[in-house]
Amino acid sequence: MTLMTYLFDLFLAPFQDFIFMRHALIACMALALGCGPVGVLLVLKRMSLVGDALSHAVLPGVAIGFLVSGLSLYAMTLGGIAAGLAVALVAGTVARFTLLKEDASFAAMYLMSLAMGVLIVSLRGSNIDLIHVLFGTILAVDDADLILVATISSVTLFTLALIYRALIVECFDPGYLRSVGGRGAAMHFIFLVLVVLNLVAGFRALGTLMAVGLMMLPAASSRFWATQAWSMALAAVGIAMLSGYVGLLLSYHANLPSGPSIILTAGFCYIFSVIFGAHGSIYSRRRLGLHLGG
Amino acid sequence: MLVITRIFVLFMALFMVGAGMAASAEKKLKVIASFSILGDITNNVGGDRVEVITLVGPNGDAHVFEPTPADAKAVASADLVIVNGLGMEGWMERLIKTSGYKGPVVVAAQGIKPLEGTEEEKEGHKPGAKHEHKIDPHAWQNLANGQIYADNIGKGLSVVDPAGASIYKATTEAYKAKLAELDKWVKTEFSSIPKPQRRVLTSHDAFGYLAAAYGVTILSPMGLSTESEPSAGGVATLIKQIRKEKITAVFIENVSDPRLVEQISKESGVKLGGELYSDALSKPEGPAPTYIDMFKNNVTKMVAAMRKSL
Repeated sequence: MTLMTYLFDLFLAPFQDFIFMRHALIACMALALGCGPVGVLLVLKRMSLVGDALSHAVLPGVAIGFLVSGLSLYAMTLGGIAAGLAVALVAGTVARFTLLKEDASFAAMYLMSLAMGVLIVSLRGSNIDLIHVLFGTILAVDDADLILVATISSVTLFTLALIYRALIVECFDPGYLRSVGGRGAAMHFIFLVLVVLNLVAGFRALGTLMAVGLMMLPAASSRFWATQAWSMALAAVGIAMLSGYVGLLLSYHANLPSGPSIILTAGFCYIFSVIFGAHGSIYSRRRLGLHLGG
Repeated sequence: MLVITRIFVLFMALFMVGAGMAASAEKKLKVIASFSILGDITNNVGGDRVEVITLVGPNGDAHVFEPTPADAKAVASADLVIVNGLGMEGWMERLIKTSGYKGPVVVAAQGIKPLEGTEEEKEGHKPGAKHEHKIDPHAWQNLANGQIYADNIGKGLSVVDPAGASIYKATTEAYKAKLAELDKWVKTEFSSIPKPQRRVLTSHDAFGYLAAAYGVTILSPMGLSTESEPSAGGVATLIKQIRKEKITAVFIENVSDPRLVEQISKESGVKLGGELYSDALSKPEGPAPTYIDMFKNNVTKMVAAMRKSL
């Protein structure tokens, strides 16, 4: 076997031979496009854990959707979006209009939501594999799922393009935005809607637990490679896509469960970035320190 | 004063009636069965003398069940507990211990020669799932084992209710005769299909005993339990195997996520053969409300799908 065919078998053949691998890869790419920029904005707003909280908050809505119409894509997706938005809006409102900070109000809301989800699931009595639904499996992504994920990432990118400037200003200097008459609160809520939408897209493919991984890990890694918001977003999308691709290959060649492989690949990228990244990493700081010292 | 006395007497009367009813209900033996298939067999063997409570109900998955306090209460007040054994209900031992139940526990699968996974697994083709040598607990998928189940349950009932021993003996024999007849029917159905055509795929490996008993080859993307998550490599191996070995039909089960099997069916071009009932019965209005109906449903669907491919 020549080197070329070996490389082909290693990197391309799985996707050429199997539709389910192509589906999974496309789902990862679409998710990466939406989750990358949203994750970066979460990092910049110091709201990294809010993504985690919201991903749990989706549970009661999904559970109600499941109880009403079984494993229907649309019922569970709509339920998830509704529950996520409710939590985001109430928690965001509490943070804006009371003395409680965002992290505390989100923690409170998501815990209530999570408990409600578990309650609803238990009331059903029969526990027919809701766990599988909650963990999701990217290998079972079908056409309807793909359309949903692609739609959500398109909506995300268009919306971000429209409100990009205001969002960035809101990130770094909310006082300035208010002084020039910008609608900071509105921008913030639109952004939270995007977070929920992307988490629901991720939940269809990767399950609620793993969806946040593809949002936050590449975003956190991108901080070490770029210094501006737009370039960070670009780096995050790239890292997320790479993680999806490499993770699927790992799952294919090494027989590992696909969801965790993808997220762990993203985790590896993060650790690599922390150590060797171009800006502010352990390595670059050390080099800088030595340079100054010498 | 008179009024109060009257009310008091009325209450006393009501109380007596209530106590009387409770006493007559107590005559029935309270039996806990861990999941719906055991519950049905127990109902058939016990008849009117027992009241069966099933912990994991229709369409429920007994592999990953979480008992509630109500379940513990039911177990605590039971006269007899019936479990499958062979590692099927990992949660049961703890439930019995915490509930404080001291009575006898019947292991329905006692005396059955357990299978270690499926043939594919031993040959190393088995994709995805973990490769521990786990015992396959789904022994009821062979009707000969179903008869052993009935025997064990009948004996267990006789121990706690010696007065009914002769009745249990008769009902057990009658039920076993029905199962034996069904077993004959299943064998003739499958033998009408040439062996190379007897190849199907299901979403989790619940039919090992059926495969061994009736000469059917069954592949599945998940391991023995419904808990394991599939890998891309595993699914790919399976699709290759379906194409190469000419699998005739793909089935979904009532206790698993159907999406993955649907995806595999689409990709490999093999038709979906419908829903099989593996670990749980259907609701009374469904196609498989009893153990016997479940077997008929599964075999009819498998054979129909195999015939189509002839």
